[in-house]
Amino acid sequence: MTNPDLNGHWGAFGGRFVPEALIAALEELETVHNKAMEDPEFQAEFAKLSSEYGNLPSPLYKAERLSEEAGVEIWLKREDLNHTGAHKIRNVLGQALLTKRMGKTRVIAETGAGQHGVAAATAAAYFGFECTVFMGEEDTRRQSLNVARMRLLGAEVVPVTTGSRTLKDAMNEALRDWVATVDDTHYLIGSVGGPHPFPKVVRDLCRGIGDEARAQILDRVGRLPDLVAACVGGGSNAMGTFTAFLDDDVKLYGFEAGGDGADTDRTAAAINSGGLGVLHGARTYVLQDEDGQTKESHSISAGLDYPAVGPEHAHLHATGRVTYEAVTDAEAMDALAQLARTEGIICAIESAHAVAGALRAAKDLAPGSLVLINLSGRGDKDMGTVVDYFDFTKKPSDKGTE
Amino acid sequence: MKSADAFAKTKAEGRAALVGYLPAGFPTLADSIKAIDILIDHGADLIEVGMPYSDPVMDGPAIQRAADRALAAGFRTRQVFEVVEAVAGRVPILSMTYWNLVEHYGVDAFARDFAAAGGAGLITPDLIPEEAVDWIAASDAHDLDRVFLVAPSSTEERIAATVAACRGFVYAQSVMGVTGARAATSAAAPKLVERARAHTGLPIGVGLGVRDGDQAAEVAAYGDAVIVGSAIVNCYLETDDVPAGHRRLAELTTDLAEGVAR
Repeated sequence: MTNPDLNGHWGAFGGRFVPEALIAALEELETVHNKAMEDPEFQAEFAKLSSEYGNLPSPLYKAERLSEEAGVEIWLKREDLNHTGAHKIRNVLGQALLTKRMGKTRVIAETGAGQHGVAAATAAAYFGFECTVFMGEEDTRRQSLNVARMRLLGAEVVPVTTGSRTLKDAMNEALRDWVATVDDTHYLIGSVGGPHPFPKVVRDLCRGIGDEARAQILDRVGRLPDLVAACVGGGSNAMGTFTAFLDDDVKLYGFEAGGDGADTDRTAAAINSGGLGVLHGARTYVLQDEDGQTKESHSISAGLDYPAVGPEHAHLHATGRVTYEAVTDAEAMDALAQLARTEGIICAIESAHAVAGALRAAKDLAPGSLVLINLSGRGDKDMGTVVDYFDFTKKPSDKGTE
Repeated sequence: MKSADAFAKTKAEGRAALVGYLPAGFPTLADSIKAIDILIDHGADLIEVGMPYSDPVMDGPAIQRAADRALAAGFRTRQVFEVVEAVAGRVPILSMTYWNLVEHYGVDAFARDFAAAGGAGLITPDLIPEEAVDWIAASDAHDLDRVFLVAPSSTEERIAATVAACRGFVYAQSVMGVTGARAATSAAAPKLVERARAHTGLPIGVGLGVRDGDQAAEVAAYGDAVIVGSAIVNCYLETDDVPAGHRRLAELTTDLAEGVAR
C-alpha cells in the first residue's frame, strides 16, 4: 500500500485544487478518517455493518466454464452480490459512519447512471441522514428507475442542467452545494477522485475487496493469482482490489472504458487517451482539449463515463506498477454476453470491461495461470442498454431458430 | 500597472476601490473589451478578466452561463492576452482563472505572456498556496501580483499563511457559497476582513454577492475593495441585445462607483 504525502500527493498527482472555503472541511475529514482507521471500535462497527447489512465479505467464485474457454483459471470476486448490487456499498457505509463521527446530518452525492446515488441514498436511509443527489438532467431521463429508487429511499434528486449535463457537471454542482452547506453536510463522493483526502478515504473503505480476495484465494488455491484485473472509471473498485496486492509479485491490470476506441474522440480512457491536468480538485490524467478545457467522455457504461481518473491510479500508471489498457464498448459487450452464457452471471457493463480485458491479457499467460477478476457489480441496471445493443426487441422467432 | 498603484490612489482619496469582473469573450470577444472600457470609464479602479472554463466549481449560474457562451463561441486561452493588451494602461488588469488553464498553457509561459500583454497579476480561486510553488516562482520572475483567497471557514493558521503568500491584495470570499448577486450582503464578511487584517498590511478586497451601490457602500465601510462580478454579467444576460447591456453596465458602474465613495 502506498500513502500520499502530507498534502495528499502521490508523486506528481493528487493534492487539493479547491476553493479555500472547503479546506477546513477537508482537514476535518482527514483527521476523523485517520483516527477512525486506527480505532478498533470504528473497525468493528464498519465490519458488523458490512456483514449484516452489506452482505459482505463477498464470495470468491471459480468460473469453471469461462476458464475452459479462456485456457486459464479464472476466479471472480463477486461484488455483484453485495447489497445494492456493487462494491459501492462499502464506500457509502464507511463514509456514512465518518459523517456520523463528524456530527453532520446531511449528505450530498453526485451520480452518473445513478448507482452511487442509490448507494448513497441507501446509507442515508439507514443512518437517518438527509440526502441530496445531483444527477445530470439527461441521465435522470435515461435512468428513471434509479431516480425512482433514490426517491423511494427518501433522497432528493436534483437534475443538473449546467455545462454538458453529465456526471462531471453533477460533481461540479455537488461541490457548489458543499461550499454553501459544509457546516452540516458531508460530500459523500462516489470514487477515488476529488481533493485530498477523498482518494485515500475511498480507497481505505473499499480495500476490503482485495484484502478478502487475497485471503480467499490463498485459502482455496494455496497461492496468489498471477494476474488481477478490475475496471477503472474513477477507479474505486480497482483501488479497492489492487491495494492488497501492490507489494506482491502479481500482475495488476486496470481496464479503462475505451468507448469507440482509445484513439478516437469517443472514449473515456483518461490514462490511455488523456493528458496531465487538474479536475475536480486533483492533478491527474484528464480528457481535455488543447487549452485544458475538459472534454466530454463517451462509454457505453455510464459508471465509467468520466473524463478523469483517481490520482493514485495516475501514480500507479506513472510508476509502472499497474498496467492500464482500454477496452472498447464492443469488447465489453462481447464479454458480458460470454460471461452470461458460460456462467449464468449477468454482470454490470462496467465489470464486463474487466472481464474483457482479463480475457485479452490471459492470452499472454501460461496455460493454467491464476486470474482474479473483480466483478464489481450486477447487470440488472444495464438491461435497457443490453436490449438496444443486442437488438433484443426483435421477437425470438424473428431469428428463425425456433 | 500593479494593484498597489490603484490602492495608493483610492487610499489617498479616502475611499474603497471598485473591482469589476467580466469573463473574456463575453458577450463576444470584441464586446468584452468594450465592456471593460465602459467599466473603467465609469469608475472601476481594477479589472478582473475572467477565464471561461468548462468546470467553474466556484461560480453560480450567471458566471457559468457567461463562460458557457464564451466557450461555445470558441474562446481560446491565448485570447485573454488580446483582451488584456487592449484594455491595459489606465487601471491594473488582473485575470481570475481556474488553475488547469494556466497549468495547461505552462505556468511560466502564461506568466510571461500575461505580463507582456500589460497584465498586473492573477487571482486563483482553486489554487491554494500549498499547491502554488510553480506559480509563486513564475509570478516572482515576471513581477506579477498573486491574489489568493481567504474564506469565513479558514483557520487562523491558514489565513496567516495565505495572506503571506499574496501580493497586491487579498481576496476575502465573504460568503460560504458560489458567486452570484444576493439580496443581502454577508454578515460573515466584516469579521473575516478583521481576521485577515490581523495578519497583513495588504489591502483586502471583498467579493461575492454585491449587486448595487448601496451594497457597495456597506462593504466599502470595512473592505479596501468591493469586487463585483455576477451583477456585471447580468447586465448582458438580462438585456435583449449587447448595446442595451452596455448601457445598463454604464449605469450599474456609475452607481457602484458612487457607492464605494460614499
